[in-house]
Amino acid sequence: MNGKNILLVGVGGQGIVLASEIMSEFFRRVGYDVKKSEVHGMAQRGGIVSSHVKIGEKVYSPMIEKGKADIMLSFEKMETLRWLYYVKPDGVIVSSNVKIVPPIVSTGEFVYPEDVEESILKERPDAKILDIQSALKELGNDKVTNVIMIGALSTMFGFSPEKWLEVIKEAVPKKVVDVNVEAFKKGRSLMGS
Amino acid sequence: MKVLLSGNEAIARGAYEYGCVFAAAYPGTPSTEILENISQYKEIKCQWSPNEKVATEVAIGASFAGGRALCAMKHVGVNVAADPLMTLSYIGVKGGFIIVSADDPGMHSSQNEQDNRNYAKFAKIPLLEPSDSQEAKDFVGYGFEISEKFDTPVLIRLTTRTSHGKGIVELGDRKEVKVKGFERDFTKYVALPMNARKRRFVVEEREKRLKEYVEKCELNRIEEGKGNIGFITSGISYVHLKEVLPDAPILKLGMPYPLPIEKIKNFVKRFDKVIVVEELDPFLEEQIKAHGIEVYGKEFFPEIGEFSPEVVRNGLYKAGVLKEENKVEVKEKAIPRPPVFCPGCPHLGIFYALKRARAKIVTGDIGCYTLAAIKPFEIMDTCVCMGASIGNAIGMEKVLGSGKGIAAVIGDSTFVHSGITGLIEAVYNKSTITIVISDNSITAMTGGQPDVRTGFNCEGEETKRMDFKELAEAIGVEHVYVVNPINMDDTFKIVKRELEADHLSLIISQAPCVLYPQKVKREKFYVELENCTGCALCSKIGCQAIYRTEEKTEKGHYKWDIDVALCTGCGLCIQLCKFDAIRPISRKGE
Repeated sequence: MNGKNILLVGVGGQGIVLASEIMSEFFRRVGYDVKKSEVHGMAQRGGIVSSHVKIGEKVYSPMIEKGKADIMLSFEKMETLRWLYYVKPDGVIVSSNVKIVPPIVSTGEFVYPEDVEESILKERPDAKILDIQSALKELGNDKVTNVIMIGALSTMFGFSPEKWLEVIKEAVPKKVVDVNVEAFKKGRSLMGS
Repeated sequence: MKVLLSGNEAIARGAYEYGCVFAAAYPGTPSTEILENISQYKEIKCQWSPNEKVATEVAIGASFAGGRALCAMKHVGVNVAADPLMTLSYIGVKGGFIIVSADDPGMHSSQNEQDNRNYAKFAKIPLLEPSDSQEAKDFVGYGFEISEKFDTPVLIRLTTRTSHGKGIVELGDRKEVKVKGFERDFTKYVALPMNARKRRFVVEEREKRLKEYVEKCELNRIEEGKGNIGFITSGISYVHLKEVLPDAPILKLGMPYPLPIEKIKNFVKRFDKVIVVEELDPFLEEQIKAHGIEVYGKEFFPEIGEFSPEVVRNGLYKAGVLKEENKVEVKEKAIPRPPVFCPGCPHLGIFYALKRARAKIVTGDIGCYTLAAIKPFEIMDTCVCMGASIGNAIGMEKVLGSGKGIAAVIGDSTFVHSGITGLIEAVYNKSTITIVISDNSITAMTGGQPDVRTGFNCEGEETKRMDFKELAEAIGVEHVYVVNPINMDDTFKIVKRELEADHLSLIISQAPCVLYPQKVKREKFYVELENCTGCALCSKIGCQAIYRTEEKTEKGHYKWDIDVALCTGCGLCIQLCKFDAIRPISRKGE
């Protein structure tokens, strides 16, 4: 059983905590030891959110050591850039192409650069930037980035999609189960499986 | 059955399984979820108290009545609760009594990072420090047992990562513990000097017995390992150390106060060198050294900030234990994303009014509204602790010679927590400042816990709503005004008039939080871009739904737009637009 450090990053309101809950529960059910950690509080008000999920035979610390993430799932492209340093040199980076402009840009003090994706790829040519923007439009729901990302993650492990969907269906509100099932499949197809 | 639980959920589960019958708390990150989760167990009566002192006092009452009781709070909350706690140490308990302190190393959402292990030594009470969720649950059981066996309150100390980190926990059934009932015992329960002087010796005697107990207590265990360097650690530092050095010989202290000195002596003897790995203060290290035992610690590890696996790795590198350090550096390539007020937050209206009325000094307090200290408002000048805004403003007035233009801003929950006494101070000592209660009728910052303004309690039952106006008038405040901050002109007129007046005034700025107890649903607004002149007045309200477009007017001003997905329809910005550019959605396509 290989240990993996999975880092989820994005912006408050994108469903990052729920995504990390779902994957932690999934890995627990298939027999891994799991620890996870994130910071609540000030970060909830439109700020940066990061969640650490660690799985393995036996996991001690709930925090991923800097530079030791095996997988990063980023829900927003500026956040991908912010957290790149946290990923191992041979780690997997999956990023959304969604752009969420922080309100501070309105003050004119900062500019959200146009070339975020280029900057990511310049530093990490192997990063996968998924067209989540179109996927959300296609699915008709802008709240399912988290389950798309779980779909993407599922392609990196050998477990059956049904097993993942079992946990997802239990975790999301009843009336949005169908769109989340589609979102999961979308995540898988965006990764080419 | 095994489930994933956070440390806070595990404490709640422990309270359930180990027969707790009463719990009280005041919300505060990272402790809030403890009581929130306890409220799901109907076997435990629970309540949000107005502050940590009252929460502790009601839990003490429950213990005196012979029931197992628990109170929970963030680290700075223990300062508020310290008064009853210090004397409870003398009195002791009847039903088991646990106080949970959730510390915040690194100050993720706190004003300081005090190390509350010191309170155990200060109050001379046992300290339990879990390292993960399973231990958090188990230690509640140990805590109640130790409390009853040694007739003492017990402090369980968590930190942000043990509180909010999740791990796998094996669940058990509830063991009912009989409520013993209250029996009058004058020499124990009445802390008169004549009794307290005798109890003081009881405390010393108890410490002696506890010192024997910790030597054989299974919570203080040795994990054998490889190498000639040993480690002593506790709490979250233990799991970071295990991650970095899985095979190291470790003395893990689940009960780090009182210290098991003999156990430590025998452990230290076996190694060439022993290193203490502990976050924040050298709490263990100093006590160990005071016994003449040679150990190392803070020469390698920082006293400031939160530990993480890399901090521990780099400390071990400095100590010569590891050959490589973690040199990964944070690269600041991204623009910042500071926290902001929610779109349509009623605090926006009152801060806009204070800014427009040119308040000279605004003393602040603890809550979402402390965000007014940063961009875009930058109007709040101070923030010390819960309730400090009022006292700080009065002190400034006394020294500067006038209360004109000085405002104190405090939220409803914080006002009830520690602001009422400040208001009494203002009346009694003839202050002329302007006090603003920004009343959104909920404890919003910590995730929407009900308070005395909400109308229901922690178990969801309907209860009384406190009327601040009546309260203030009873205290003797002569100028009390209730405003709706969404009505910008009215609010501004009253704020300006009262700031300039030569008397004490209280402005109660009342409008519900947009998130809690439920998300507000109102008609939203949009911008008819053709009408926008780029005056940017709407942007001054500091609403994150309003953003600058790339489009310019003929005069070269950037036009502003509303992100309709974020808009909550509060109607503040429309009051600022003179050009009919901001409109309710229903007017779209006119």
